[in-house]
Amino acid sequence: MTTTEATAPAPAVPTTPAGRAADYLDQRTGIGVAVKAFARKVFPDHWSFLLGEIALYSFVVLIITGIFLTMFFVPSMGLTTYDGPVTTLQGQTVSEAFNSTLRLSFEVRGGLLMRQIHHWAALIFVASAVTHMMRVFFTGAFRKPRELNWMVGFTLLILSLLAGFSGYSLPDDVLSGNGLRITDGVVKSIPIIGSYLSYFIFGGEFPGHDIIPRLFTVHVLLIPGLILALVGLHLLFVVLHKHTQYPGGGRTDKNVVGFPLFPVYVAKAGGFFFVVFGLLALMGGTMAINNVWNYGPYDPSPVSAGAQPDWYMLFLEGSLRLMPGQAEVVIGGFTLSLNVLIPAVVIPGLLFTFLALYPFVEAAITKDKSPRNVLDRPRNVPTRTGLGVAFLTAFIILALAGSNDLIATHFRLSINSITWVLRFALFIAPVIAFWCTKRICLGLQRKDRELVLHGHEHGRIVRTETGEYFEVHKPLTEQERWLRVNYTAHAPLELSEAAYDATTGEKNPRYRKAKRWSALSRFFFQDRIEPVTPAELEAAQHHAHPAPELAARQPETDGRVGS
Amino acid sequence: MNTPDVTTHETGREVTAATPADTFADPGLPDHKDRLADKDPKASRRAELQTVILFAISVIGTISMMIVFFTVPLDGTTAGVRTQNLALGLCLGFALLGIGLGAVHWAKTLMSDHEVVEERHNVATEPEDREQAVAALAAGVKDSGIARRGILKGAVVSALALFPLAIAVPLVAEVGGDWNIGKFRHTLWRRGTRLATDPTGRPIKASDVTIGSAYHVIPYQEDIPEDVRPGTHGWIDEKAKAIVLMVRLDPAVLKEAEDRKDWSHDGIVAYSKICTHVGCPVALYEQQTHHLLCPCHQSTFDVADGAKVVFGPAKRPLPQLPITVDDEGYLVAQSDFLEPVGPSFWERLK
Repeated sequence: MTTTEATAPAPAVPTTPAGRAADYLDQRTGIGVAVKAFARKVFPDHWSFLLGEIALYSFVVLIITGIFLTMFFVPSMGLTTYDGPVTTLQGQTVSEAFNSTLRLSFEVRGGLLMRQIHHWAALIFVASAVTHMMRVFFTGAFRKPRELNWMVGFTLLILSLLAGFSGYSLPDDVLSGNGLRITDGVVKSIPIIGSYLSYFIFGGEFPGHDIIPRLFTVHVLLIPGLILALVGLHLLFVVLHKHTQYPGGGRTDKNVVGFPLFPVYVAKAGGFFFVVFGLLALMGGTMAINNVWNYGPYDPSPVSAGAQPDWYMLFLEGSLRLMPGQAEVVIGGFTLSLNVLIPAVVIPGLLFTFLALYPFVEAAITKDKSPRNVLDRPRNVPTRTGLGVAFLTAFIILALAGSNDLIATHFRLSINSITWVLRFALFIAPVIAFWCTKRICLGLQRKDRELVLHGHEHGRIVRTETGEYFEVHKPLTEQERWLRVNYTAHAPLELSEAAYDATTGEKNPRYRKAKRWSALSRFFFQDRIEPVTPAELEAAQHHAHPAPELAARQPETDGRVGS
Repeated sequence: MNTPDVTTHETGREVTAATPADTFADPGLPDHKDRLADKDPKASRRAELQTVILFAISVIGTISMMIVFFTVPLDGTTAGVRTQNLALGLCLGFALLGIGLGAVHWAKTLMSDHEVVEERHNVATEPEDREQAVAALAAGVKDSGIARRGILKGAVVSALALFPLAIAVPLVAEVGGDWNIGKFRHTLWRRGTRLATDPTGRPIKASDVTIGSAYHVIPYQEDIPEDVRPGTHGWIDEKAKAIVLMVRLDPAVLKEAEDRKDWSHDGIVAYSKICTHVGCPVALYEQQTHHLLCPCHQSTFDVADGAKVVFGPAKRPLPQLPITVDDEGYLVAQSDFLEPVGPSFWERLK
């Protein structure tokens, strides 16, 4: 509209107010170039692309509600006597942090709503980030050129966990205090520096009087600042690479098919922000969360059973619960708490390392150097899909273990047997999940082949004049077929190095490494289903056709089939 | 859709024959399907009206929120806060959802849904640009003379590598307080410190403790230094280490190590309440089995048998507090714990 007119070099003086404003701005910023580039920028459409948007919008909601909360929250562990409206707590010695949390909940109009929206938004923020990451993983959206953006997203995930944890601890209630105490215990288990690290965090012995103000700074400045910067980088990469798209007719690695940013995505994405915020507001209004006045201020002595951390910390909690205590060892007089170190540091370390490095491993075993902008259908990469499901299975089992006391009380089971079952399940279930998923993927691929080669079944049996029976199949449309044949089935890497040097007969030093990569590549791509080629389709059709004179008569009846 | 080609089901193996065309051709974009509002002006007007209604709902939501905010008072009761929170949340929700759903509905029904194709460009820089970039860097390096001036390079690198110390050292030195991790080894308990109930702080007479009963115990406030008594900040730090769980067992079921026979009094034993796993308070006592369960990670300790671990992620028994009675019959500690309480740490045994 007028903005684009203003960017034109023509000396025509803009007449409308909007035109004059745009001209003023453009003379000073050259914004016309950006408007030209972005106004009609094309984005592809798919519901799964909204997951990342939910994460972004909940983050914005977190900032809005968070600013509200900082106006009333006092990040101090100084002691005071509670004399507010909550009768059960009157006269108790509480920290300023706990006191102000109660004040902003009970004495500030809309304060409780903002607090509850903030907490729900935090849970949804991490949940949508995780599901967004799952979408990216299962569709292979991390492939070239997006490996670095995967790393940015991975860092964002870690930061969002830290953001959630630091915020959870701020009200200084019994639950969050015990959460911090567990953190202290975990930190102390770290060899050599553990005790000092605990002092580093708490400014002395647990709990000290520094942790709340420190966490406050981490929660409202350090982490949101980093998240904001990395979200910017994350989106910059999306603009730079242009969004990936699902496979389909006309969608290639060299184009992007969708709708223009202005007006469609301004309305859709802008509207979606309000939808997310609106739903979070409804949640904050109708669903109570973290009623700290029921738990009471932090006191090192009480603790209640059935107290669960926020969902994204459950896997760590479960990991701690599953580990048998025997693993603690003493070496040369020094205590090595492997019973804490393994579940709280090593296992999450392994899980996160897998996530962070996966794109690079896959790039190495496919030797695929071309940009991949069309997404994979998960079935077409069975081993990746299987590994992803195995990963999620391990994550879910750990989260279940983090709720084992609730499972025990709800289903009246022995907590010891649940723990034992989950201990075994942590090792066995991911393997089974991997195997089943891979087989299901291969089965779906075979089904796709079958469909492409032989068409849709109709269930209509035709008898020829000669007494021969056959079932009429309807071939796939071009679009249906293209969806099922347009993929690459990677073959295992050939071993690139010989065991011995051909001329000198000496052992080749690079042989072992090449052999390992080749073995990994075989693990990924040994079982694979190739897409149907035109020749195969033709052969199948040729082979399947009945006698020519019969085929010629067939179309007369076919129009009604399957309607 | 109603293509005249007919194939029949074939159960045998597919015939694989090599032909030059080994991949299918891209059929191009699917045909555009008109929406109702594209074809029918009535449907289009209906969609517009629906959008208007949604935005109107938002306006109503915002106005209602203002009304609720100024009319529903905060009476300080939990129920009153709940009611106001519910009303505000619903109004805000509708105010936002009206805008959101309105905009999305507008985009989905009335804005063009013809797909647009945009070409992608190479992310990588074009070769000639790359050459120019490399040349620019090379010229810069040459201008600076960094390649020839080895000492200068060393000086720059050293200065840049060292200066962060100027910020890191003061920070790290101060952030850990006095860094005296020896405090892990000591608690408030001393010889003669009376055992008191938590949280009321009344000293406990041995004669009042019945068999099977369990007490949450803290040091009696008259017997500890003033700066760490309840109500001070130091108290929370000290309480975090000093809390004890005391149980009186039938002497018949109590198994005691030889060297600890005199650590209990008449079946009354006292153990640190801090889990040896990661430090949660081990608060759940089951009278029938004499088991003490940590609600955080379910480490289970047998109080009748030296608080040994019978299940869960903890390795070590809970440290025992040696107790006895004073002249007046009050339970008192014989000394501090003889080992550090709480979770393990690297130097624990040193």
